[in-house]
Order: sequence, then C-alpha cells, then structure tokens
Amino acid sequence: MAAVAEALEFSYFPGCSLATSAKENNRSLLKVCQKLGFSLVELEDWNCCGSSSTHSINSELAFHFACRNLSLAPAGRPLLVACPSCMLRLRQAQLHLQEDGEAQRGYERMWGRSVDSNLDIIHFFELLDNGFGAASNPEFQTALNGLRFAPYYGCMLTRPPAMRHEKQYHGLMEKILCSFGAESLVWGHPSRCCGTFLSVAKPAVVTPMVNQIIQGAVDVKADCIITACAMCHLNLEIRCSLKTQLPIFHFSEILSIALGMGIKKSWLKRHLVDPLPLLKAKGFLSHNY
Amino acid sequence: MESTGIIRIEASSGPAHRDVISKVVERSGTDIRRCFHCQSCGGGCPVSQAMAYRPNGVIRLLQLGRVREALQSSDIWYCIGCNTCSMACPQAIDIAAFMDVMRQMALEEGVPPAEPDILAFHREVVGSIHKYGRTHKLEIMMRYKLRQLDMFSDLDLGLKMLAKRKLDLLPSKITDPGIMKRIFETCKVNNRGGGR
Repeated sequence: MAAVAEALEFSYFPGCSLATSAKENNRSLLKVCQKLGFSLVELEDWNCCGSSSTHSINSELAFHFACRNLSLAPAGRPLLVACPSCMLRLRQAQLHLQEDGEAQRGYERMWGRSVDSNLDIIHFFELLDNGFGAASNPEFQTALNGLRFAPYYGCMLTRPPAMRHEKQYHGLMEKILCSFGAESLVWGHPSRCCGTFLSVAKPAVVTPMVNQIIQGAVDVKADCIITACAMCHLNLEIRCSLKTQLPIFHFSEILSIALGMGIKKSWLKRHLVDPLPLLKAKGFLSHNY
Repeated sequence: MESTGIIRIEASSGPAHRDVISKVVERSGTDIRRCFHCQSCGGGCPVSQAMAYRPNGVIRLLQLGRVREALQSSDIWYCIGCNTCSMACPQAIDIAAFMDVMRQMALEEGVPPAEPDILAFHREVVGSIHKYGRTHKLEIMMRYKLRQLDMFSDLDLGLKMLAKRKLDLLPSKITDPGIMKRIFETCKVNNRGGGR
C-alpha cells in the first residue's frame, strides 16, 4: 500500500474544531497517519486561525492570527493542516506574505524571525495523494464493500481567485475509498456550503441549506455522507430537520475502517446521528470496537 | 479605526464616488469594476435567499453611488465567505473578499449593522480568541445567547451536544494570552475586534 508523500515527519495544526468539538476526527486522523508511517508533531502552542469571524470584521487581525502560527513552524518540516477552513486561512496568509514586502517586514518585526519561504503547508489529503489506495494490498480491497457514500468536501476547499494555482482535492475521497470497495455516488452538493457560523445566529437560514444537502444524498440512495471538514460535519448533524437523517462520517474515520483498524466506540459516541445501525448492517464493526 | 468618510458621498457618479470604488478595489485586492452583472454569483450563493440585493446587486449599488445602501444592506452580513461566488465569477472577481471589505467599512463608518446578531456572534468568536488564543465554543454560545436574551431556542441542542461531549467545559488555550493582546494592540482594536 503506497502512501506517497515524501516527508515522513510533519508539524501538525489540528485547529480548534479538531481539538475540541471534533475530537473523533482528530483521533482517527492521528491513527491513520500512524498506520501509514507518518509522524505528526503538534505545532507547539498553536492559536486559532481566526476562523470565518475574524476576517469578516478585521482582515489585519485575521492575518496576524495566521502569521503567528506560521512563525511557530520549525524549519524543514511541512506543516500539515487537517481542517479545510484553517488551511485556507494559513495558505492565504502565506501567499500574502510571499507577495507583499511590507507584510513581510511587519511579520519580521512582530515575530522576530524571517518568513520561511520554504514552508510547505499541506492538507491531510496530500498525504494520500499520488496513488494511495488499496490496489497493492488485496487484503483491503474489499474492506468497504457495500458502502454507498456521498462525498462531501464543503466549500472551504474551493479556491478563491488568488489561490487558483493551488492544488485541487476534489475526487480524492472517491478515488481512495472506491479502491477499498466502497461505491461513490454522483450527486449535486459535494461542494455546497454547510452554512458555517450562520448555524448559530441564523439557524432558520441554515436548516434549509443543510436539508437540501442531506436530501440530495438521500435522493441518490446514499448510506451516509463522508465529510472532509469538521465544521461541515457538525452542521450537517445538528441542523437537519428531515425525517430521514443520514449518518455523517469524517473521512478519517472511514479510512480507519478501510485500513483494517475499525472504528472506535469513543468516536461513535460523539456522533449526534447514530451511525451504529449502518455500521452493524454493513459488518463494519470489529469485535473490539 | 478612523472613519474614511466614504458614506458622505451619496448618489453621485462624480470623482468622489469613483474614489470609493477605488478604495474598495485597493482594500479587497479585487476589481469589482469588472462586474458585468451576469448574476452567476447570486445563482450559486447558498444564502442568496436571505439577501435583498444579492452579491452583484451590492456591487451595482456602489457603481450607482448608493454607498450607504450597500453598507446598510443585510447582504454583506449574510455572506458567509464560502467563496462559491468567487469561484463562479467569469470575471474572476473575489466577491467574498469584497464582502469582507464592505463589512469592515460599515463598521468603520459606524453604520448600524443590518444583522446585529451575526455581528454579535463574530464579536464573541474574536473575544474568545483574545482571551484564550483559541475558540471556546461553549462560552461563545453561552455569551452569545445571553447577549441576545435567548437562552432557550437551542437549549435542547446544547444539552445534546454537551452529552455527546461536543462542547468542552474548559477552554483549550495557548500558554501566553499576552501574545494575543499584542496582536490586538498592533491592529488598534479592542478585545472584541472593534474600534477602541
């Protein structure tokens, strides 16, 4: 099973969601990385990337939040980011630093070090790029047999014009999970926004958005939705008012099943839409889960 | 934050009004003058149903010199920055970046926000980062709900999330919150990201 990222050691930026509300995402991701031989060292003393709220009301503040994190990253190790929203904030700040001399000098004054122009900021998906899958290991080729899933990337992996030359990750979840025997479904909402922060201030606006997404997956007869983003995961779970609710999994949880490590009870307990009946029906629960 | 005086310029298509557009272009790094109103942005926008003008409509208001109306619109607050419009725009206008600038200008000009509850939420998030260096979701929710005098609308959900351990009781924080204070001071904003 070839996992093809060149480096083996990474600085790891979990972000607030994975550190708190989506611990199951964090734990399954760490487990998968360990299994694949990647060593993740949590970025020491990382701070919030600023989230959607900060750049909404003050761009400069948001830029500095992201910069402090960049300033903490030790040289020579790529910075691995798990959350698409954090990824966007950190990469945008890095691009701004690369393009703007004044911003660069401000960074140096503020953090007492020069901008590391060699720092690679990569998304978790990039560890799995370049042909990772079950192809070379027959044992796992049927690990996800019978699972019909709707791949859901959310909006934060889209790229605004300034990032149009950046990597595009869409299709990766389908390619990888299908190699393990799962069936990916074509549907209309893989990149539809989940409503993010409006979920708190305007639930009445977000509920129809979330319902539309879930209904889209129900319509193509999906067993579940698999998300790339912890924020989306939460919104899809808490704001759906449909009678039929689908289990929502983090990509990393399903990868853990695919790689023969099963899914932990402690992760499942943190799901608001109970995934147990589906996992039981598909035979995905190991004896010691 | 100092007022830039832009909302004094009303319904004119003269040089002063062009100044406002130039300012928006400069701050957002995207050229809204390229908009030819194809409405692709609104077509894909997940929150356009809640908007009065939709994204290209806000740009149009500026082009017509109706700056105050643009800054007073609920549209700029409903925008969630999902970048769907920015990706869809055939003129490669980063509309989400434009919306950031519009919100910030509205705040700087002291325009009452059309959606004060959305702003209140942003303030709570920024306040949490000021205090801990990270977001403490439970406290953000509690403070937000208290401020809105609305403790009950999501009570069931909150309890369910607590039971599922989706909301930590204690914050995750950085070692020295002083670093955050330094950032806020550098940006000349108070602990909620507002003008001092």
